[in-house]
Amino acid sequence: MIALLRSRPAACALAIGVACILLFLPLTLSRFGNYMLAMWAVMTIAAMGLNLTLGYAGQVSLAQGAFVGIGAYATAIMTVNGWPLYAPLLLTVALCFAIGWLLGYPALRVQHHYLAFVTLSFATLAYLVFRNEEWLTKGTYGIFGIPRPTLFGVSLKHHLNFYYFSLAWLVICAGLMLWLVNSPWGRAFTALRENPARAQSLGVDTRRYTLMAFAIGSTMGGVAGVLYAPLVEFIDPNPFGLPLSFSLLLMVIVGGSGYFLGPALGALIAVLLPEWLRDYTQGYYLIAYALLVMVLLIYSPSGILGWVERRTADARTRRASLARQAAVPTYDAGSAS
Amino acid sequence: MTKVLEIHGIKKHFGGIRAVDGVSFDVNKGEILGLIGPNGCGKSTLFNAVLGQLEPTAGRVMLDGHDITGMRPARLSRLGVSRTFQLLQVFPEMSVRENLILAGQEHRGTMVSRLFGPRDAGLGEAADRMIAFFKMSHLAGEKAGGLSYGQQKLLDAAMAFMAGPRLVLLDEPAGGVNLTMLGALKERLRAINSELGATFVVIEHNMEFVMSLCQRVVVMAEGRVLAIGTPAEIRANPAVIDAYLGH
Ligand SMILES: Nc1ncnc2c1ncn2[C@@H]1O[C@H](COP(=O)(O)OP(=O)(O)OP(=O)(O)O)[C@@H](O)[C@H]1O
Ligand SMILES: [Mg+2]
Repeated sequence: MIALLRSRPAACALAIGVACILLFLPLTLSRFGNYMLAMWAVMTIAAMGLNLTLGYAGQVSLAQGAFVGIGAYATAIMTVNGWPLYAPLLLTVALCFAIGWLLGYPALRVQHHYLAFVTLSFATLAYLVFRNEEWLTKGTYGIFGIPRPTLFGVSLKHHLNFYYFSLAWLVICAGLMLWLVNSPWGRAFTALRENPARAQSLGVDTRRYTLMAFAIGSTMGGVAGVLYAPLVEFIDPNPFGLPLSFSLLLMVIVGGSGYFLGPALGALIAVLLPEWLRDYTQGYYLIAYALLVMVLLIYSPSGILGWVERRTADARTRRASLARQAAVPTYDAGSAS
Repeated sequence: MTKVLEIHGIKKHFGGIRAVDGVSFDVNKGEILGLIGPNGCGKSTLFNAVLGQLEPTAGRVMLDGHDITGMRPARLSRLGVSRTFQLLQVFPEMSVRENLILAGQEHRGTMVSRLFGPRDAGLGEAADRMIAFFKMSHLAGEKAGGLSYGQQKLLDAAMAFMAGPRLVLLDEPAGGVNLTMLGALKERLRAINSELGATFVVIEHNMEFVMSLCQRVVVMAEGRVLAIGTPAEIRANPAVIDAYLGH
């Protein structure tokens, strides 16, 4: 801990600062502000899952929104019928893992935009199930009165409490994800993204890792859905259509695909920026938001963190070459003549 | 002498192009075998057809007497067969050290035991030793994509050695590597050959490298085997001089 503080003081200061903001800023916000922050935490979890599938393992998925929907519907249906929240959580993890695994099979045959279309079709299919299977989902009528749980005697009815609950889940999910991407599996996922043929020749079972990347990423989407349902307290099929999948993709790409913190930044922009702009630009906030995203991606196609990495790498080479010049002043003078 | 690899009448045709047109030879256990021939004579295609990257049009491949024709590359790798490709194949966004650890990790334990095992899959020290051997210690943490061409080529070959293979097929490992490092590569190859008893098949256009390293050399021309023999025999073979070596 101390060693870390000494070796990377700037990073530690930043981490402590962010932790303080996440813990104390909500105390100063309105009820709506806390609701939006909880939404940010939930969407970050879903985007983190997609970042594993797409960012680390390189498998395009346009179905992440469908998994959020599956988690949300499982939770809504079960908790309205009196089940405690952990029951739909377990069901969702099992269900999304299995469906995600199956959704990975097309990726063994097709890639890139073809794969995008296969997963897009699955997302459409899931939406149609949410809308048409009224016996299960109540269709467009929606499910009302999704209860919020009580934790250690504290009711999560209050948005502030639910925000801390979501934040705790975000921390758990982020911890698991960090552990995963730094494990040998994370290395194999990256290899799968960068050069599947070479990975295979080194013994990497690319089939299994592809399926795993889909299964685990989709499970994270489902977990986000489990939190989404009690957060909004009412669900109908609309939020789980294709726009949600695209929005989650946007979060991953804008934040920086394949960077651990990318989804958190991306969700910040996709969830909170439009609301913040709304206060300043009245009716034009979505236009302003769309323009900002376009400019950002033209300026830095690898997202915010891709830009940050390039800047720090540039600074490091510049410092290194300055140090070299200072160390051997005669060398330059000699070679210049 | 025991045979590690037997290649029986391998053909690989692309439409009308007969890239490999009935190649047969054996690779003996523990030898370093050279594979030479003019550009486009089918050397790389033969490697790909033997190692499951391409489905052979005809022919069989045996490893230790077992049929491995068309076996998936990942399985072959776990049987102890490793290779490099002619074109550079490192993972550019991963660090040099991560590249080497990845190259060995899938040979250790199961997928589950790797997940819960050490972060470096127990290969950190082996990777650092390999890095030090190829004089790249100062680059261990750099992204592989940022290295020079020659350094990447060395890393590529080093990756093929990480799993402690029994049989290694190298496709032009010397291209773009300077003389000193070429010596280091040769030394490492010989060490793995004598200490671990690993067998090598090396495609290379650098004749000095091939002739000084290999016990036997196979010469290909137009998709077929033209000659097989010791370096001295090959150098003196009139057909080989005509087709490839020149006067
Ligand atoms: N995928 C492919 N489709 C069509 N033709 C191919 C394909 N791969 C190789 N060939 C052809 O097969 C022939 C043999 O190519 P190969 O790469 O095996 O030669 P090589 O002996 O490795 O040559 P070099 O020394 O230049 O590397 C060439 O004529 C090449 O154009
Ligand atoms: Mg070749």
